[in-house]
Amino acid sequence: MDNILVTKEVTKRFGEHIALNKVSLEIPKNSIYGLLGPNGAGKTTLIRIINQITFPDKGEVFFDGEPLKPRHISLIGYLPEERGLYKGMKVGEQALYLAQLKGMHKAEAKQRLKYWFDRLDIGDWWNKKVQELSKGMAQKIQFIVTVLHEPKLLIFDEPFSGFDPINANIIKDEILQLKENGTSIIFSTHRMESVEELCEYIALIHQSEKILDGKLSDIKKAYKNNIFKVGLQANNVNELLGVISDKFNIIGPMIDPLENQLDFKIQIPEDESGEFLAYLAQQANIHQFTEIIPSANEIFIRTIHNKDANE
Amino acid sequence: MNKLPIIIRREYLAKVRNKSFIIMTFLSPILLVGMVVLIAYLTKINDNQKHIIGVFNESDYFPNDFKITKSTSYVMFNEISLQEAKDSTLQMGYYGLLHIPKGDGLEKVAQQSHFYTKETPSSSVLGQLENIFQARLRERRLQEMGVSSQEFGQLDKKFEINTETFDGVQNLKGINEIKAIIGGGFGYLIMMFIIIYGGFVMRSVIEEKTSRIIEVIISSVKPFQLMMGKIIGTSLAGITQFAIWIVSASLLLFVSFAVFDIDPSTLNNGVEASHMAGEMGYAVPTANQTVQAYAQELFKIPWAMLICSFVVYFTLGYLIYSSIYAAIGAAVDNETDTQQFIFPIILPLMLAIYVGFFSVFSNPHGPIAVGFSLFPLTSPIVMLMRLPGGIGEGGVPVWELVTSILLLIVTFLGIVWFAAKIYRVGILMYGKKPTYKELLKWIKY
Repeated sequence: MDNILVTKEVTKRFGEHIALNKVSLEIPKNSIYGLLGPNGAGKTTLIRIINQITFPDKGEVFFDGEPLKPRHISLIGYLPEERGLYKGMKVGEQALYLAQLKGMHKAEAKQRLKYWFDRLDIGDWWNKKVQELSKGMAQKIQFIVTVLHEPKLLIFDEPFSGFDPINANIIKDEILQLKENGTSIIFSTHRMESVEELCEYIALIHQSEKILDGKLSDIKKAYKNNIFKVGLQANNVNELLGVISDKFNIIGPMIDPLENQLDFKIQIPEDESGEFLAYLAQQANIHQFTEIIPSANEIFIRTIHNKDANE
Repeated sequence: MNKLPIIIRREYLAKVRNKSFIIMTFLSPILLVGMVVLIAYLTKINDNQKHIIGVFNESDYFPNDFKITKSTSYVMFNEISLQEAKDSTLQMGYYGLLHIPKGDGLEKVAQQSHFYTKETPSSSVLGQLENIFQARLRERRLQEMGVSSQEFGQLDKKFEINTETFDGVQNLKGINEIKAIIGGGFGYLIMMFIIIYGGFVMRSVIEEKTSRIIEVIISSVKPFQLMMGKIIGTSLAGITQFAIWIVSASLLLFVSFAVFDIDPSTLNNGVEASHMAGEMGYAVPTANQTVQAYAQELFKIPWAMLICSFVVYFTLGYLIYSSIYAAIGAAVDNETDTQQFIFPIILPLMLAIYVGFFSVFSNPHGPIAVGFSLFPLTSPIVMLMRLPGGIGEGGVPVWELVTSILLLIVTFLGIVWFAAKIYRVGILMYGKKPTYKELLKWIKY
């Protein structure tokens, strides 16, 4: 089995409103999978179905090859977007309670909690009440509680909201470490830019439907337009620009006559970029030659545009 | 591993460790006992107050009728004018002046007598004086009729009709009321428990919603488990609190009555009235026997059965109502929004209590009493008021009891299912103030 989780045509309605419409996903093992889409697209509903909080009207969900069952709950760790803790309860006691609800034994839970509290430098919080903690501090506790029972699949819904940049980085490193250790991770967010560096796979959810999914690098390859960004210095930039623009499509050339500097974007047909670069190298002093890869955000916007245009 | 005990344990501890809960647990018996003791103490002081009454007796008809009693003493005025008597009464600060004028014929004298006071006289003082006149008047009339007072004593003997059931058991007057009060006590206990601890369940659900921990928890346990754990944990905390209340209140009452030297029976006016009647020479010959008969009748109440049914009705009734409370807590975002939903819950409870007290007391087996003791939302209270009368002949027919419990169980299953549905959807809904219509829609989600 290569997939930790598979959904097949999952559909969910709330009254008249269709929250999910035939969403099929394959989430590979030991990867970070980005579930992307604007607010209200249906991400949280899908996640709740995976967590067996709600149930699909139609469609099936498979966990590690088996149909999803209640006993899988202890193999999943879930950090919801709407998250909190009992305010009047002590941190340690509360973490123990939540761990026990995940099916852990008290002694084992205590031992692992000690480990995580030390690891995240919050060892002295054990007897504090939650209401004494700041929001960021409480988030750390929630993160620990989510990963404590060493689940096979971790689901983070907007994990970085509420964290300051320093702690967000700490948590990001922890997530990467968990992935190294073999955990599969679903990462749900509407902030596309945060997924680029973390996710290997993504799925785009829009208006209750999956509109795109796959390996991020493949998607990017599919969405790139063979446009390169070029910056160079040459003795006669105007003449060079003239020669190039006869042959290729040039976008937004900028000439700095004092420095003999030329910047432009250029669309080069597939497989001709090497040849073009070799030609340029003879003519000029190149200091930039980069293919422009679309961001997840751009891909998302373009996909929705295409979809709306087709309808 | 079953997670229900873990949830029950947390809910119990969270409730029991709560500061206001602890304060309420230990403060309430003190307040309650303090109030009872204060009332008893004040009654005692009130009783100890002595009235001095001036008597200006110009006639010969009341030679030595004005005897000093526990609460009243008399001062006799002689050979002064009425005005002088009035003035000195006022000066000495006596309670009032009784003037009995000179005259022929007891009746005429009595007619013309006056009692002067500064303010409107208390009814107990007035009653005492009237009794004195009444006794003399009666004596005189009996003499006129030629009846001795002994003969009259026999005449005046109060008659009570003997009541008996068909199988020959003697019925005691008022025993139905006493039984209903015992049952009503149980019913009232259930109502109080539901209102107090149902409210706790509701607030606890709202707290989980507003603190946003709910989704974390229900990703580990089923919402139904959480709901039941919460209800059971809270009710265990409630039972703990009630037990502490009962034990500490009775201890405190006992101790403080001993300390303040209060006879608890003085709180009961009825006892005193019968004493007085006895003193006045009326026939209460069977008082002791009657008390015994009542005691016997009370022992005859099937206590074991009553307590068993209390447990059954209490458990089912509490579960029904507290799951509705939990559903309400889940449906709203804050406590102020709960009002519109709480009223319809309290209504049947109040109805049960009032119907119980008005209808079951006078006729424990009438159609209204039967109807309300079958209707599941009122049966826990009304049936318990009827049950001290026994089961079977002369009491609640077996079929009624069985039907009532069966209906209660069916309702319990239905309501808990319904509440769990609303709960499951409601706990994940934020920022909406739902209407009844929407609640019905949630059932289909």
